[in-house]
Amino acid sequence: MAREDRALQIGGRTFGSRLFVGTGKYATWELMKEALAASGSELVTVAVRRVNIDRPDEPSLLNYIPEGATLLPNTAGCYTVEEAVTTARLARAAGLGALVKLEVIGDQELLWPDPLGTLQATEQLVREGFTVMVYTTPDPVLAVHLANAGAAAVMPLGSPIGSGQGVLDVDAVIKIRARVQVPVVVDAGIGSPADAALAMEHGADAVLVNTAIAAAADPVLMARAMKAAVEAGRMGYLAGRMPRRDASPSSPSEGRVSQPAGA
Amino acid sequence: MMTLTVNGERREVPVVATIGELLDHFRIQHQAVGVLINGEVVGRADFGSAPVHEGDTLDIVRFVGGG
Repeated sequence: MAREDRALQIGGRTFGSRLFVGTGKYATWELMKEALAASGSELVTVAVRRVNIDRPDEPSLLNYIPEGATLLPNTAGCYTVEEAVTTARLARAAGLGALVKLEVIGDQELLWPDPLGTLQATEQLVREGFTVMVYTTPDPVLAVHLANAGAAAVMPLGSPIGSGQGVLDVDAVIKIRARVQVPVVVDAGIGSPADAALAMEHGADAVLVNTAIAAAADPVLMARAMKAAVEAGRMGYLAGRMPRRDASPSSPSEGRVSQPAGA
Repeated sequence: MMTLTVNGERREVPVVATIGELLDHFRIQHQAVGVLINGEVVGRADFGSAPVHEGDTLDIVRFVGGG
Protein backbone atom coordinates (compact mmCIF):
# COMPACT_ATOMS: atom_id res chain seq x y z
CA MET A 1 0.00 0.00 0.00
CA ALA A 2 1.33 3.43 -0.95
CA ARG A 3 2.53 5.67 1.85
CA GLU A 4 -0.05 8.31 2.71
CA ASP A 5 0.99 11.95 2.71
CA ARG A 6 -0.10 14.34 5.40
CA ALA A 7 -1.54 17.72 4.48
CA LEU A 8 0.85 20.63 4.80
CA GLN A 9 -0.02 22.91 7.71
CA ILE A 10 1.45 26.33 8.39
CA GLY A 11 0.22 28.51 11.23
CA GLY A 12 -3.10 26.70 11.45
CA ARG A 13 -3.75 26.81 7.70
CA THR A 14 -3.81 23.67 5.56
CA PHE A 15 -2.44 23.69 2.04
CA GLY A 16 -3.33 21.06 -0.54
CA SER A 17 -0.55 22.24 -2.87
CA ARG A 18 3.11 22.21 -1.89
CA LEU A 19 3.96 24.77 -4.57
CA PHE A 20 3.93 28.39 -3.40
CA VAL A 21 4.26 31.07 -6.06
CA GLY A 22 5.22 34.72 -6.35
CA THR A 23 3.57 37.47 -8.38
CA GLY A 24 6.60 39.47 -9.53
CA LYS A 25 8.01 40.01 -13.02
CA TYR A 26 5.02 38.94 -15.12
CA ALA A 27 4.61 40.62 -18.50
CA THR A 28 0.90 41.18 -17.86
CA TRP A 29 -1.50 40.53 -15.02
CA GLU A 30 -3.73 38.45 -17.24
CA LEU A 31 -0.79 36.15 -17.93
CA MET A 32 0.03 36.05 -14.22
CA LYS A 33 -3.51 35.09 -13.32
CA GLU A 34 -3.47 32.24 -15.83
CA ALA A 35 -0.08 31.01 -14.58
CA LEU A 36 -1.11 31.18 -10.92
CA ALA A 37 -4.22 29.16 -11.71
CA ALA A 38 -2.18 26.60 -13.68
CA SER A 39 0.24 26.22 -10.76
CA GLY A 40 -2.56 25.10 -8.45
CA SER A 41 -0.88 27.10 -5.71
CA GLU A 42 -2.87 28.04 -2.64
CA LEU A 43 -0.30 30.48 -1.23
CA VAL A 44 0.73 33.49 -3.28
CA THR A 45 3.30 36.09 -2.29
CA VAL A 46 2.88 39.84 -2.80
CA ALA A 47 5.08 42.81 -2.01
CA VAL A 48 4.22 46.02 -0.14
CA ARG A 49 5.08 49.25 -1.96
CA ARG A 50 4.09 52.90 -2.03
CA VAL A 51 0.95 53.83 -3.95
CA ASN A 52 1.61 55.98 -7.00
CA ILE A 53 -0.10 59.13 -5.73
CA ASP A 54 -0.44 60.53 -9.22
CA ARG A 55 -2.01 57.36 -10.61
CA PRO A 56 -4.46 56.24 -7.93
CA ASP A 57 -6.60 54.36 -10.47
CA GLU A 58 -3.97 51.77 -11.35
CA PRO A 59 -5.71 48.39 -11.25
CA SER A 60 -5.00 46.36 -8.16
CA LEU A 61 -2.94 43.19 -8.31
CA LEU A 62 -5.46 41.68 -5.94
CA ASN A 63 -7.99 41.47 -8.78
CA TYR A 64 -5.77 38.93 -10.53
CA ILE A 65 -5.26 36.41 -7.71
CA PRO A 66 -7.11 33.10 -8.18
CA GLU A 67 -10.05 32.69 -5.84
CA GLY A 68 -9.30 30.76 -2.69
CA ALA A 69 -5.56 31.46 -2.68
CA THR A 70 -4.09 32.85 0.53
CA LEU A 71 -1.98 35.99 0.13
CA LEU A 72 1.44 36.05 1.73
CA PRO A 73 2.83 39.59 1.94
CA ASN A 74 6.61 39.77 1.98
CA THR A 75 9.08 42.23 3.41
CA ALA A 76 11.25 42.08 0.29
CA GLY A 77 13.73 44.90 -0.04
CA CYS A 78 14.04 45.45 3.70
CA TYR A 79 17.59 45.76 5.02
CA THR A 80 16.87 46.43 8.68
CA VAL A 81 14.78 44.82 11.40
CA GLU A 82 12.81 48.05 11.76
CA GLU A 83 11.94 48.26 8.04
CA ALA A 84 10.87 44.63 7.95
CA VAL A 85 8.73 44.89 11.09
CA THR A 86 7.09 48.10 9.83
CA THR A 87 6.37 46.51 6.45
CA ALA A 88 4.78 43.49 8.13
CA ARG A 89 2.64 45.77 10.29
CA LEU A 90 1.55 47.73 7.20
CA ALA A 91 0.55 44.53 5.42
CA ARG A 92 -1.52 43.49 8.41
CA ALA A 93 -3.04 46.96 8.67
CA ALA A 94 -3.98 46.80 5.00
CA GLY A 95 -6.05 43.74 5.73
CA LEU A 96 -3.98 40.74 4.76
CA GLY A 97 -3.97 39.21 8.22
CA ALA A 98 -1.09 38.11 10.36
CA LEU A 99 0.72 35.91 7.85
CA VAL A 100 4.01 37.34 6.61
CA LYS A 101 7.06 36.21 4.66
CA LEU A 102 9.93 37.82 6.50
CA GLU A 103 12.96 38.90 4.50
CA VAL A 104 15.78 40.91 6.02
CA ILE A 105 18.49 41.25 3.42
CA GLY A 106 22.09 41.82 4.42
CA ASP A 107 23.85 42.23 1.08
CA GLN A 108 22.44 44.28 -1.74
CA GLU A 109 24.39 42.53 -4.47
CA LEU A 110 23.95 38.94 -3.31
CA LEU A 111 20.45 39.52 -1.90
CA TRP A 112 21.69 37.30 0.91
CA PRO A 113 19.64 37.25 4.12
CA ASP A 114 21.05 38.99 7.18
CA PRO A 115 21.02 36.14 9.71
CA LEU A 116 21.16 38.35 12.80
CA GLY A 117 18.50 40.78 11.60
CA THR A 118 16.34 37.91 10.41
CA LEU A 119 16.38 36.29 13.86
CA GLN A 120 15.70 39.59 15.65
CA ALA A 121 12.80 40.46 13.34
CA THR A 122 11.37 36.95 13.76
CA GLU A 123 11.39 37.35 17.53
CA GLN A 124 9.71 40.76 17.30
CA LEU A 125 7.00 39.71 14.84
CA VAL A 126 6.23 36.53 16.79
CA ARG A 127 5.79 38.72 19.91
CA GLU A 128 3.33 40.84 17.92
CA GLY A 129 1.27 37.80 16.98
CA PHE A 130 2.37 37.34 13.38
CA THR A 131 2.60 33.97 11.68
CA VAL A 132 6.14 34.34 10.36
CA MET A 133 7.47 32.38 7.42
CA VAL A 134 11.15 33.20 7.44
CA TYR A 135 13.39 33.50 4.40
CA THR A 136 16.84 32.42 5.53
CA THR A 137 20.25 31.16 4.57
CA PRO A 138 20.60 27.37 4.15
CA ASP A 139 22.12 27.18 7.64
CA PRO A 140 20.89 24.31 9.85
CA VAL A 141 21.87 26.03 13.11
CA LEU A 142 20.17 29.30 12.20
CA ALA A 143 17.09 27.33 11.13
CA VAL A 144 16.89 25.84 14.64
CA HIS A 145 17.23 29.30 16.21
CA LEU A 146 14.43 30.61 13.96
CA ALA A 147 12.16 27.68 14.78
CA ASN A 148 12.86 28.14 18.50
CA ALA A 149 12.00 31.84 18.09
CA GLY A 150 8.56 30.81 16.88
CA ALA A 151 8.88 30.84 13.09
CA ALA A 152 5.89 29.08 11.48
CA ALA A 153 8.09 27.92 8.60
CA VAL A 154 11.75 28.23 7.74
CA MET A 155 12.51 29.02 4.11
CA PRO A 156 16.14 28.41 3.20
CA LEU A 157 17.29 29.78 -0.12
CA GLY A 158 18.25 27.31 -2.83
CA SER A 159 20.49 29.92 -4.47
CA PRO A 160 20.31 33.73 -4.69
CA ILE A 161 16.93 35.36 -5.38
CA GLY A 162 16.05 35.47 -9.05
CA SER A 163 19.25 33.67 -10.05
CA GLY A 164 17.75 30.41 -11.32
CA GLN A 165 20.88 28.60 -10.16
CA GLY A 166 18.88 25.85 -8.52
CA VAL A 167 19.45 24.22 -5.13
CA LEU A 168 23.20 24.59 -4.65
CA ASP A 169 23.41 22.76 -1.32
CA VAL A 170 20.70 20.15 -1.31
CA ASP A 171 22.21 18.42 1.72
CA ALA A 172 21.32 21.54 3.70
CA VAL A 173 17.65 20.78 3.04
CA ILE A 174 18.10 17.33 4.60
CA LYS A 175 19.99 18.76 7.56
CA ILE A 176 17.42 21.47 8.22
CA ARG A 177 14.48 19.09 7.75
CA ALA A 178 16.01 16.78 10.36
CA ARG A 179 16.37 19.55 12.94
CA VAL A 180 13.15 21.57 12.95
CA GLN A 181 9.53 20.59 13.52
CA VAL A 182 8.03 23.38 11.38
CA PRO A 183 7.69 23.14 7.60
CA VAL A 184 10.81 23.72 5.51
CA VAL A 185 10.15 25.64 2.29
CA VAL A 186 12.93 26.02 -0.26
CA ASP A 187 12.59 29.60 -1.44
CA ALA A 188 14.61 31.41 -4.08
CA GLY A 189 16.87 30.21 -6.85
CA ILE A 190 14.70 27.45 -8.27
CA GLY A 191 15.11 27.74 -12.02
CA SER A 192 13.56 24.62 -13.48
CA PRO A 193 11.13 21.81 -12.64
CA ALA A 194 14.15 19.58 -11.94
CA ASP A 195 15.31 22.01 -9.25
CA ALA A 196 11.88 21.97 -7.61
CA ALA A 197 11.71 18.17 -7.73
CA LEU A 198 15.22 17.91 -6.28
CA ALA A 199 14.29 20.08 -3.30
CA MET A 200 11.12 18.09 -2.69
CA GLU A 201 12.88 14.73 -3.05
CA HIS A 202 15.29 15.80 -0.35
CA GLY A 203 12.52 16.50 2.10
CA ALA A 204 11.42 20.10 1.54
CA ASP A 205 7.80 20.42 2.64
CA ALA A 206 7.14 22.95 -0.13
CA VAL A 207 8.94 25.20 -2.58
CA LEU A 208 8.35 28.85 -3.41
CA VAL A 209 8.83 29.77 -7.07
CA ASN A 210 8.47 33.11 -8.79
CA THR A 211 10.94 34.04 -11.53
CA ALA A 212 11.27 30.52 -12.93
CA ILE A 213 7.59 30.68 -13.88
CA ALA A 214 7.26 34.39 -14.65
CA ALA A 215 10.39 34.53 -16.82
CA ALA A 216 9.75 31.27 -18.72
CA ALA A 217 9.00 31.53 -22.43
CA ASP A 218 5.57 30.08 -21.62
CA PRO A 219 4.77 30.86 -17.99
CA VAL A 220 1.47 28.97 -17.97
CA LEU A 221 3.10 25.77 -19.22
CA MET A 222 5.98 26.23 -16.79
CA ALA A 223 3.50 26.65 -13.94
CA ARG A 224 1.99 23.28 -14.87
CA ALA A 225 5.47 21.77 -15.09
CA MET A 226 6.38 23.08 -11.63
CA LYS A 227 3.14 21.67 -10.21
CA ALA A 228 3.94 18.24 -11.65
CA ALA A 229 7.57 18.45 -10.50
CA VAL A 230 6.61 19.32 -6.94
CA GLU A 231 4.15 16.44 -6.84
CA ALA A 232 6.70 14.04 -8.35
CA GLY A 233 9.42 15.17 -5.95
CA ARG A 234 7.13 14.79 -2.96
CA MET A 235 6.08 11.30 -4.02
CA GLY A 236 9.72 10.39 -4.59
CA TYR A 237 10.57 11.57 -1.08
CA LEU A 238 7.75 9.55 0.46
CA ALA A 239 8.58 6.50 -1.65
CA GLY A 240 12.18 6.55 -0.45
CA ARG A 241 14.85 6.44 -3.12
CA MET A 242 17.20 3.51 -3.59
CA PRO A 243 20.68 3.83 -2.13
CA ARG A 244 23.52 4.91 -4.40
CA ARG A 245 25.92 2.02 -5.03
CA ASP A 246 28.10 0.33 -7.65
CA ALA A 247 26.64 -1.29 -10.78
CA SER A 248 24.22 -4.15 -10.17
CA PRO A 249 22.33 -5.82 -13.07
CA SER A 250 18.58 -5.39 -13.13
CA SER A 251 18.04 -8.54 -15.21
CA PRO A 252 18.78 -12.09 -14.01
CA SER A 253 22.35 -13.26 -14.62
CA GLU A 254 21.08 -16.86 -14.91
CA GLY A 255 19.76 -18.27 -18.20
CA ARG A 256 21.51 -16.02 -20.68
CA VAL A 257 21.50 -17.58 -24.19
CA SER A 258 25.27 -17.80 -24.55
CA GLN A 259 25.65 -19.38 -21.10
CA PRO A 260 26.88 -23.05 -20.99
CA ALA A 261 24.11 -25.27 -19.54
CA GLY A 262 24.51 -25.79 -15.80
CA ALA A 263 27.23 -23.11 -15.50
CA MET B 1 -3.33 74.49 2.35
CA MET B 2 -1.06 72.27 4.40
CA THR B 3 2.32 70.78 3.63
CA LEU B 4 2.88 67.07 4.09
CA THR B 5 5.55 64.61 3.04
CA VAL B 6 3.72 61.82 1.25
CA ASN B 7 5.57 58.79 -0.12
CA GLY B 8 8.84 60.68 0.06
CA GLU B 9 7.66 63.87 -1.65
CA ARG B 10 6.66 67.21 -0.14
CA ARG B 11 3.12 68.04 -1.21
CA GLU B 12 0.77 70.96 -0.73
CA VAL B 13 -2.72 69.68 -0.10
CA PRO B 14 -5.99 71.26 1.01
CA VAL B 15 -6.30 71.13 4.78
CA VAL B 16 -7.56 67.70 5.84
CA ALA B 17 -8.39 66.49 9.34
CA THR B 18 -7.93 62.74 8.95
CA ILE B 19 -6.07 60.12 6.95
CA GLY B 20 -9.38 59.12 5.38
CA GLU B 21 -9.86 62.65 4.04
CA LEU B 22 -6.31 62.68 2.67
CA LEU B 23 -6.87 59.38 0.83
CA ASP B 24 -10.10 60.81 -0.59
CA HIS B 25 -8.21 63.92 -1.76
CA PHE B 26 -5.77 61.69 -3.66
CA ARG B 27 -8.69 59.50 -4.83
CA ILE B 28 -7.07 56.44 -3.31
CA GLN B 29 -9.49 53.67 -2.40
CA HIS B 30 -9.33 52.75 1.26
CA GLN B 31 -9.44 49.03 0.55
CA ALA B 32 -6.16 47.09 0.78
CA VAL B 33 -4.17 50.19 1.69
CA GLY B 34 -1.88 50.64 4.67
CA VAL B 35 -0.69 53.97 6.02
CA LEU B 36 2.35 54.92 8.02
CA ILE B 37 2.15 58.34 9.66
CA ASN B 38 5.27 59.62 11.41
CA GLY B 39 6.39 56.01 11.76
CA GLU B 40 3.12 54.70 13.21
CA VAL B 41 1.04 52.17 11.30
CA VAL B 42 -2.63 53.00 10.82
CA GLY B 43 -5.15 50.45 9.56
CA ARG B 44 -8.28 50.97 7.53
CA ALA B 45 -10.56 50.86 10.58
CA ASP B 46 -8.85 53.99 11.90
CA PHE B 47 -8.54 56.02 8.67
CA GLY B 48 -11.62 58.04 9.60
CA SER B 49 -10.33 59.03 13.02
CA ALA B 50 -6.52 59.18 12.68
CA PRO B 51 -5.58 62.89 12.57
CA VAL B 52 -3.26 64.52 10.04
CA HIS B 53 -1.30 67.62 11.02
CA GLU B 54 0.82 70.18 9.17
CA GLY B 55 4.28 68.78 8.50
CA ASP B 56 3.37 65.10 8.98
CA THR B 57 5.24 62.42 7.07
CA LEU B 58 3.11 59.68 5.54
CA ASP B 59 3.64 56.54 3.55
CA ILE B 60 0.64 55.11 1.75
CA VAL B 61 1.24 51.55 0.58
CA ARG B 62 -0.57 48.80 -1.27
CA PHE B 63 0.20 45.34 -2.58
CA VAL B 64 2.16 44.83 -5.78
CA GLY B 65 3.71 41.85 -7.51
CA GLY B 66 6.58 40.25 -5.67
CA GLY B 67 8.18 36.97 -4.72
